Amino acid sequence: MTAVTERPDVAGAGRPRGSTRSRSDRTVIYLLLLPSLLPILVLSVFPLLRGMYLGFTDARAGRNVEVSFTGLENYRELLGDELFWNSFKIGLFWAFGVTVLQFLLALGLALLLHQRLRFRGVARVLAVVPWAMPPVVVGILWKLVYHPDAGLLNEFFHRLGADGLRTNWLGDFSTALPAVIIVGVWAGMPQTTVVLLAGLQGVARELHEAAAVDGATAWHRFRHVTLPALSPVIVAITSLDFIWNFNSFGLVYVLTAGGPGGKTMLPMLFAYEEAFRYGNYGYAAALGNVMVVIIVALLAVYLRRRMREAN
Amino acid sequence: MFGKSSRTGRALQYLALTGYLIFLGFPLVWLVSTAFKPPRELVQLHPTLVPANPTAQNFVQAFTEQELGRAALNSLQVSLASAVLTVLVALPASYALARFRSKLGTAALGWVLLSQLFPFVLLIIPIFLVLRQVGLANTHAGLVLIYVVWALPFALWMLQGFVRNIPRELEEAASVDGATRVQVLRRVVFPLLAPGVVATALFSFISAWNEFFFALVLIKTPELATLPVALARFVGIEGTARLGPLAAGSLLATLPSLIFFAFMQRRLSSGSLAGAVKG
Repeated sequence: MTAVTERPDVAGAGRPRGSTRSRSDRTVIYLLLLPSLLPILVLSVFPLLRGMYLGFTDARAGRNVEVSFTGLENYRELLGDELFWNSFKIGLFWAFGVTVLQFLLALGLALLLHQRLRFRGVARVLAVVPWAMPPVVVGILWKLVYHPDAGLLNEFFHRLGADGLRTNWLGDFSTALPAVIIVGVWAGMPQTTVVLLAGLQGVARELHEAAAVDGATAWHRFRHVTLPALSPVIVAITSLDFIWNFNSFGLVYVLTAGGPGGKTMLPMLFAYEEAFRYGNYGYAAALGNVMVVIIVALLAVYLRRRMREAN
Repeated sequence: MFGKSSRTGRALQYLALTGYLIFLGFPLVWLVSTAFKPPRELVQLHPTLVPANPTAQNFVQAFTEQELGRAALNSLQVSLASAVLTVLVALPASYALARFRSKLGTAALGWVLLSQLFPFVLLIIPIFLVLRQVGLANTHAGLVLIYVVWALPFALWMLQGFVRNIPRELEEAASVDGATRVQVLRRVVFPLLAPGVVATALFSFISAWNEFFFALVLIKTPELATLPVALARFVGIEGTARLGPLAAGSLLATLPSLIFFAFMQRRLSSGSLAGAVKG
């Protein structure tokens, strides 16, 4: 955004006015804001608070069901629920796996795109296309790639003469989770790349030239000039990626719906099943609360460590 | 970055770039190829990358025989309504946020970031209960309402940025010339705001068009399903011959967002809107 210098907003400055005018100005402001703020409060903030409260009740699906406050009962139950632990392990493995791979691959691609290479234009366009696809379509696309009979991947191995590697990628217990993680990386990489590329373009060229004159190797310049300058961007995008990945739903719902045998049952899928298949609203909300607590705790640790490094 | 790289360095860079292009591009090529394959090629033991006899039959089939045609229409209605409503609601508020300093602006931005933290499952249950109470569960109106509210914080943030870019002096000059407040808004602010309005409407349209979770939970009647939900349901039907129409439908479902991204390319690559679309 261009810098339009902000004026000190003494209400009514620059107009013929009095204190009565500024009061009517204030009324106007609130009238302008009301149509936006009211829906956000009623349909976003309030439901969220109510959802968090539901996590401490025994709410169930159905009309006229008595809801009573049960305190920590849901959480006690969660602790003993093997499916919950399983789903959280998978969720963390997925979120860390996707975020780390996404970041490393995106950083590599951003560095390449930052250079004057041929085909850079094609790569830039291609790098954005997966981002433009609805998550459901990304799921379908990769279902076609992984298809056991008509899939690109199995056919590729067949052409290589490596028929032994052909498998039902999304249906096999050992390959389902890695296969799904690759899709997550593919879908999320573009956004991370674009953000990192924008960050790279903000790194001062003079610093590089100075370092090069001083005889720093490419690796040294990357390590001591680029990376430190980029680090706020890196922290921001990896944090957001982690949150998005941990909370993601549509992609894996289409790919495997949590199967085979719960091997890709991410926490959100688990919560969805609890809420809308079994009708355990309170239990599902409790799960949601635990997810929030875990995300906040992990982010706090991560951000604190980064801050300390920066100082 | 690697300033004077050696020849092997360059070669390695091109090798890496090729790797990326294959990883990013091949799945897309496969989708396009599947969409244009006739049924006989789809059930072949060893499928080919390029269809031998390309056909548009899959597109016709996807939108006539299958439910996808109606679903696309539903999606179009819901997304258009969301886009228009979001802009109408956000316009006055974004003007107020940009022109009068207030803590609410910071709060709106804070809410954009904070709301990312919460898994949808916490929101969806109370929203579902509220909508059912007022008779809007399982209706397009209810879905539109949710989409507007969900797009609003970001739309506000985006639009108020556009308002800020209109020099206040223009408004002041007009009012010195005797224009009333309404005239200033109509003759000066709104025309200059047109690109911002288009961008905000597009953003809202796309987030509604791509949305899956709320539509899956809130819409129970198959005739009312939006395109992502209909496509996801279509996936459940197995059989390789059905893959053609499925791929065709998926391709068409991608078109609106592709257009949006083409439109926003410059802004996207400058990074200012990098957080616009939740991944």
